[in-house]
Amino acid sequence: MTAHAPNSFRTGPDEKGRFGTFGGRFVAETLMPLILELEDAYNEARQEKNFKAEMENLWRNYVGRPSPLYFAPRLTEHYGGAKIYLKRDELNHTGAHKINNVLGQILLARRMGKTRIIAETGAGQHGVATATVCAKFGLKCVVYMGATDVERQKPNVFRMKLLGAEVVPVTSGRSTLKDAMNEALRDWVTNVDDTFYCIGTVAGPHPYPAMVRDFQSVIGWEAKGQMKHAENGRLPDVLIACIGGGSNAMGLFHPFLDDKDVRIIGVEAGGKGVDTNEHAASIAGGRPGVLHGNRTYLLQDEDGQIQEAHSISAGLDYPGIGPEHSWLNDMKRVEYVSVTDTEALEAFQLCCEMEGIIPALEPAHALAHVSKIAPEMDKDQILLLNMCGRGDKDIFTVADALGTEI
Amino acid sequence: MSRIEKRFSTLKDKNQAAFVSFTMAGDPNYDTSLDLMRALPKAGVDIIELGMPFTDPMADGPAIQIAGQRAIKGGQTLKKTLDLVTAFRKADDETPIVLMGYFNPIFIHGTAQFIADAKTAGVDGLIIVDLPPEEDDELCVPAREAGLDFIRLATPTTDEKRLPKVLENTSGFVYYVSITGITGAATPDSNAVGEAVARIKEKTDLPVAVGFGVSTPEQAAEIAKVADGVVVGSAIVRAMADALTVAGPPKKSFQKDVIAQVKKLANAAKRARK
Ligand SMILES: Cc1ncc(COP(=O)(O)O)c(C=O)c1O
Repeated sequence: MTAHAPNSFRTGPDEKGRFGTFGGRFVAETLMPLILELEDAYNEARQEKNFKAEMENLWRNYVGRPSPLYFAPRLTEHYGGAKIYLKRDELNHTGAHKINNVLGQILLARRMGKTRIIAETGAGQHGVATATVCAKFGLKCVVYMGATDVERQKPNVFRMKLLGAEVVPVTSGRSTLKDAMNEALRDWVTNVDDTFYCIGTVAGPHPYPAMVRDFQSVIGWEAKGQMKHAENGRLPDVLIACIGGGSNAMGLFHPFLDDKDVRIIGVEAGGKGVDTNEHAASIAGGRPGVLHGNRTYLLQDEDGQIQEAHSISAGLDYPGIGPEHSWLNDMKRVEYVSVTDTEALEAFQLCCEMEGIIPALEPAHALAHVSKIAPEMDKDQILLLNMCGRGDKDIFTVADALGTEI
Repeated sequence: MSRIEKRFSTLKDKNQAAFVSFTMAGDPNYDTSLDLMRALPKAGVDIIELGMPFTDPMADGPAIQIAGQRAIKGGQTLKKTLDLVTAFRKADDETPIVLMGYFNPIFIHGTAQFIADAKTAGVDGLIIVDLPPEEDDELCVPAREAGLDFIRLATPTTDEKRLPKVLENTSGFVYYVSITGITGAATPDSNAVGEAVARIKEKTDLPVAVGFGVSTPEQAAEIAKVADGVVVGSAIVRAMADALTVAGPPKKSFQKDVIAQVKKLANAAKRARK
């Protein structure tokens, strides 16, 4: 698939919801009228000043945006190469980037007159963000979560319950994020009249990948302005973000896609190694297929059966990736790499000790890749990492991995 | 005339609705599945719908999800599903066979190759849940060119405006999904179904079959009065699950138990208009 580089990498998707051959609307007929209605509603809302103003007001006063751009001096010194900056989305209300998107979708749901919100969640961050915004607006909230993840992300399950959400443990399939998404889709097929499906990443049928990207792009736009301010009008030389479904990454990357000199790297979860069967690196270890409403790189077997992902980070434990990433990979605009559980754990600890920031295990993956490239870069070069979530939710997992009891 | 067309036309002359069974290919294993399939026509099944197992069946309820998992565990693949059809066709060249499932295994098999292989095996039609008209170029158009029917689902959410789009490239029959929901979940309201079928028949000459949620002989009879065909899936699949031993393999009485259930449902549908 070596098509010519387009004039712009920022114009997709096309009217069929495709990024090249990726994306699309592979859903049951019952849902088709719903996603067409959603597309119309979104296209209308995004043009309206009021919608934007309401969202910006909440981003500022409820979420705490803009999130800071922080120069990390000790990590920079430690690696001894490029200047390392962190975009601090872990400081957002609820502790991750997920709420940027949730606010946008819930405001849209309210415009559409929907009263019941459903969501899927892996690490629980998207579930917590959805439960939070639903509480704020007095909306009914049901969160589907794989039974395995309910077990390993207990603090977030309790948070969601405190916020008034119903958490449904999913035991179908193999009880993780992928199955939670199936179950949310089944709920939506059943409750078509009052229900809005708030998807937590840049996946699902069109218009979700584009819509979630647009809501998350606030990360990249802010970072661009902040970097120019901090570095005399310069842009970063390298962007790095971790990839589960790819929403924090898309949010950071999208505003920079046409800045040709900016090298962009997405970091997938390599689990126990991409040469084992236990990883979540859809691009490195998968091939194009169709799942959850779109065509994208997927972990699957010879017969097209979807395989289970594995990662120490529940938020990256998904056998697919957003379709726009698949396209950016094939167009060679973004590089996709992977790091293992062990590498991520090391980076996690380093970040705690060097910068006083406890990162989520997800962005710890991005940081682990920084350790591989920053030392080789010049000292006047700039590397920007999306610190998309904080690690409070992960302390049990990390303690367990380090053999400590808490 | 295609097998599907012929079957509906014969039944129309007899003033009978078509009884369509759904079973999962390879559930619980290839041999049991083939034996059962061979016994279906005599039990009153007019059209055989054969599920292609998939790990992530987003429109299916628990009964069919688990049937798919049993089949995958039993070693079923798309190729083996086509083998099943080939084996069945050796002794039966009349009963229409419709494959139902999700797009990914077909996409991975290679769409063109799949169409050719399905034709050769003796498949008559396809129902692919996650291919709405918006994605017709993927499989529907080439399949129809090759002479396979592409049977579309119409649902309670398919309104007047959308219906023509749904019917446009449909052939064989129209499958009306009687509930908003997943397979085997709720009970359809036969009055509402009757109205919906009439609405669809205003726009097409194709037969309309109704399914998703029809689980008792009484319901099958109700639906058979208002539609050209009635599809029963979860109820048969549940009977199959009940006829398995706790350890997994089928009981000795598997075939007899399941066929008894199929007969009850089929007879109810056939006698409905008498
Ligand atoms: C902190 C954090 N980062 C990243 C992710 C992965 O999602 P995405 O790739 O869509 O940003 C999650 C998902 O739960 C998360 O909680």
